[in-house]
Amino acid sequence: MSTLPRALTLPPRTGTTPAEARRAARRRSRRDRATAWAFISPSVVVILGLSVVPVVWSLLLSFRADDLVTPGRWVGLDNYRALAQDPNFRTAVGNTIQYAALYVPLSLVGGLALAIALNRRIRFVGLYRTLVFVPFVVSATAQGVLFSFILDPDFGVANSLLHHLGVSRQGFLSDPGQAMFLLVLISLWSGVGFCVVVYLAALQDVPPELVESARLDGANLRQVLRHVTLPALTPVTVFLLLWQLISALQVFDLIYVTTKGGPLGSTTVVVYFVWQQAFQMFTAGYGAAAAYVLALALLVSGGVLRLVRAREGRVEGGRS
Amino acid sequence: MNPSTPRRPSLGWHLLLAPLALAFALPLVWLVLSSVMSDAEINRFPPALWPHGIDLSGYRYVMGNALFPRWFANSLIVAVVAVTSNLLFGALGGYAFARMRFGGSRLLLALMLATMVVPFQLTMIPTFLVMKWLGLIDTLGALIVPSLVTPFAVFLFRQFFLSLPREIEEAAWIDGCSRLRVLFSIVLPLARPALATVAVLTFLTAWNDLSWPLIAINHDTVYTLQLGLTTFQGQHHTKWSAVMAGNVITVLPVLVAFLLAQRTFIQSLTSSGIKG
Repeated sequence: MSTLPRALTLPPRTGTTPAEARRAARRRSRRDRATAWAFISPSVVVILGLSVVPVVWSLLLSFRADDLVTPGRWVGLDNYRALAQDPNFRTAVGNTIQYAALYVPLSLVGGLALAIALNRRIRFVGLYRTLVFVPFVVSATAQGVLFSFILDPDFGVANSLLHHLGVSRQGFLSDPGQAMFLLVLISLWSGVGFCVVVYLAALQDVPPELVESARLDGANLRQVLRHVTLPALTPVTVFLLLWQLISALQVFDLIYVTTKGGPLGSTTVVVYFVWQQAFQMFTAGYGAAAAYVLALALLVSGGVLRLVRAREGRVEGGRS
Repeated sequence: MNPSTPRRPSLGWHLLLAPLALAFALPLVWLVLSSVMSDAEINRFPPALWPHGIDLSGYRYVMGNALFPRWFANSLIVAVVAVTSNLLFGALGGYAFARMRFGGSRLLLALMLATMVVPFQLTMIPTFLVMKWLGLIDTLGALIVPSLVTPFAVFLFRQFFLSLPREIEEAAWIDGCSRLRVLFSIVLPLARPALATVAVLTFLTAWNDLSWPLIAINHDTVYTLQLGLTTFQGQHHTKWSAVMAGNVITVLPVLVAFLLAQRTFIQSLTSSGIKG
């Protein structure tokens, strides 16, 4: 910063009364306020205009029968009552829960295991880390197209490999019993990299003295992991749990590209259901109600995790 | 891990890690390989596992399609505008929140942060209605306007500016520099990490999005690459090499961006994730 001109200190000007100084200060602060508003107005208009307004609008929509084209009418809680009885919505909720229940724990455990393995100073470790992480930047669309091809029952390389191993042809994404598990696998392929990166960053912060002294006390690798590393990683684990849960409950792109919710509704998740209702069946009010149910679930899971985190923080604090 | 401890033999770790890393790379390797295979090699069962020579007919096919280059251009326009405007408006907003006091600033900031947890699904139907009211549905405008500035960009810049010492700017204020001039000639040149983070993450999000274009765009001349790719698959089911060539072209920009900015990229993900 040597190029900056040094501030000149002027002797205090004589002849200004305190009243004049106050007026000048007021003028300055008024100008400053105007500048501040000019600076933030684009953000305020875009962000608040396209999130706060729609959140309220969505709530109003969920109390209406509306097709986005003709004027709708107020139906109160009818949409929510109908949702509670809709077997398709129940299936969508079940599928979403199944997907999240598989994806979230597997991505965390897999991410942690890989991060521990990748957290050593060996040759090529940078290359290994890059290879594990790269699928994360591939869009869900591209993943979907790629895996539709790999898992194509007729032309896919997956069946070809199974053929070489003497296993009969599989239906893969066209088999209602396999589709959801394959979608979880594809999501893991791309999603684990994020957990690995976050865990790797956190592992750097585990104090090496702690590990060292535990080793000196005769703890083996598993005991170090159990009693030193894992407790130190708790805040990161809670963060990842929340993050992965949110992304799991919102999964859409991959499903749209690969199965379109099929076969036989076996991969219709809540977001897919919302999209179908609003933009295919033109029952936007009903879709908005389903979106509100999903948002509520997200809010509740976020709140519960926050509580757990706060409790754990107290426990940790009490222990030390 | 401690440099003073004797180096343990690492062969075991290689035997574990190399196949794992390979398994992660394999689908992408297959993506590239199949994009340069001839149709005969792809369409037989079992398909060839390695191409005999490089056949670029898939690439010629997609590039010859009048729409494909257009989708690429659309994606690029949307992503470049999103990156530029997030840098500009994010920095302006972040600076105001970090350095200026004005009535309601705390409330506004809290409100903006709160919007970060609102799921897209909740806002997508009304956002569609807003865009329709603005007459933007089925134009690139519908893709650009919602991505002009994100609360994440404003927040990240604010945090970064708060970490800069005030003294650097105070000299310039006393000299009578305007706020805008201080921001552009003193603060932003120091904010390279924040600028890079916002640019990288905005580009990734804008380039990879499918859900919103799917809702906002109907006409195939306004498609983005991701949207185009989904239709491609159905129309050209027999021409898998072309589908894969299109896919390679879609993935390539983010892959190159990632490899060029790997360090920034990973830092931005971890820090924005954990501390944001």
